[in-house]
Amino acid sequence: METDYAIIGGGIVGLSVAWGLLRRGRTVTVLDGDDGSFRASRGNFGLVWVQSKGMNQPRYASWSQQSAAIWADFANEVAGNTGQPIPLEQNGGYDLHFSEETLEATVAKYEKLKAQLGGNYPYEVLGHNALRKEEPHIGPKVVGAILHHQDGHANPLKLLKALAADVRRMGGHVLVGKTVTDVSKPDGFHITCADGTIVTSGKVVLSAGLGAAQLGPKMGFKAPVRPQRGQVLITEKLPKMINRPSLIARQVDEGGIQIGATNEEVGLDDKVTQTGLSGLAAEAIAAYPALARAQLVRSWGALRVLSPDGLPIYQQSTEMPGAFLVTCHSGITLAAAHARLLPEWLEGTDAAPDLEVFSEDRFSVS
Amino acid sequence: MKTASPFLELDNEPRVNVVFDGNALSLPEGANLAAALMAAGVNVFRHTPVSGAPRGPFCMMGACFDCLVEIDGTTKQACMTVVTDGLEITRAHRDGALT
Repeated sequence: METDYAIIGGGIVGLSVAWGLLRRGRTVTVLDGDDGSFRASRGNFGLVWVQSKGMNQPRYASWSQQSAAIWADFANEVAGNTGQPIPLEQNGGYDLHFSEETLEATVAKYEKLKAQLGGNYPYEVLGHNALRKEEPHIGPKVVGAILHHQDGHANPLKLLKALAADVRRMGGHVLVGKTVTDVSKPDGFHITCADGTIVTSGKVVLSAGLGAAQLGPKMGFKAPVRPQRGQVLITEKLPKMINRPSLIARQVDEGGIQIGATNEEVGLDDKVTQTGLSGLAAEAIAAYPALARAQLVRSWGALRVLSPDGLPIYQQSTEMPGAFLVTCHSGITLAAAHARLLPEWLEGTDAAPDLEVFSEDRFSVS
Repeated sequence: MKTASPFLELDNEPRVNVVFDGNALSLPEGANLAAALMAAGVNVFRHTPVSGAPRGPFCMMGACFDCLVEIDGTTKQACMTVVTDGLEITRAHRDGALT
C-alpha cells in the first residue's frame, strides 16, 4: 500500500484532516484540484463562528464550540511548526439587527439552544447605545446586536498556506492539479486521476467540497451537497474602525474590511453581480455609515458547500468500508476539530468524537 | 523632504502648482502623479494603517495599491492619477479612519 490515507481534496478541510493524521504518525497523500476547481478555502469569510449554528441540532452547536475552543492552540502549533503566523481574534462577534422584532426572535431561539447546551452559550444582547460604546462607527439604523463571546475570526488564507506547509513538513505528499475520476476497492483503495495518476491507499477521505457530489455516489455515499454563492467586497486598508466581526463586515488583521455575503442558489456560478454587490454595500453602509467613503479594491464570488440541513456530513461508506466522507459548510471554524478530533474517528479509537447525528442516515427517504 | 531624487524628468511640460502634505510643489502638467512626486523627491507617500510602515510606488500600473494618496477626501492611487493645476494632496488616512 502506497499510503495509509489518501485525502481527496486539498482545501482547508482536507488539509486539516491530513495534518491530524500525519501528527498521529500515519502516511498521507493529498490530491488537490487546480485553479479551475471551486475553492471555498480561498474565497470564504474567515469567521471562527459559533452563534446561530445548530439552532435545530445542538450537537452542531457544541461541535462548533469544541473547535472554537481549541482553535488558538491548533493555530499556534501550526504557526510554531512553520514560522508562519495565523492571525486570529476570539474576542466575540456580533449578530447585528436592524429591527427589534428580528433581534427578539433570535434571542428566543438562542435561549432555547442555550438550555439544550446546559447553559454553555455565553451571549449578551446589546442595545444601540451599548453597542455604540463597543463600536463607535455603528450606524443609527442598527437597533442592537447579539454579542456572542465564543465567536471570532481568522485570516483564512494564511491558515491555508501554513497548513499546506506543515502537512508537507510532516512528510505528507500533496499532489496538485489532480482531478480524481474514479475510486475503486479491489483490495485496498485504488484512486485514479484524469491525468493517469494512480494512488493506492489503505483508507480514503473524500473532502472534495462540491466535487463530492460527483465522486461520492461512486464510493457509496449520497453526498447531497449543493453550491450556494456568496459574493464579498474588500475595502482599502484602513485604520482600525471595526472592533469585532459580524456576518455583515469584519476588519481583517491587515486593515482591509471584508463585506459579506450574499446567499444565492445559482448553481456552479461563482461570478459577481452588480445587484449582489450593491446590496452588500448598502447593508454595510447601513451598519457602518463611514464605509460609504471607503474605496473598494476587490470583489469576488465563492461557493459554499451545503448539505440539505446545513450541517456537516461525517460518514463511513458501507459499500466501501475505509472510505469516509467529510464535508461541511464551515471549514474554517471546524479546522481545529478536523485536525485534532476527527482523526480519532477515522482511526476508530476510543477517543472518537460522537458524530452519529452527522451521518448520512438523516437523509434517508422514509 | 529630500530634494535629490534618483528619478529624472524627460520633458519640458508646463509646470503647475500642487500641494503635497502641506508642501508646495511645481509638477509637470499632465504627468503621472506618482512619477512626478518621485521626481520631486517624495519617496514615502504614506504609512500603512496597521503597522505604520512607510510605503511608496511599487508597481506603477494600478495593481499594488502602495502609492495611495488622498485627494478631495478620497483615497486614490497616485500612479493612476494625472497631475492637474491646484491639486491638494494629503497622505492617505493621515488623520485616522474615514473621518
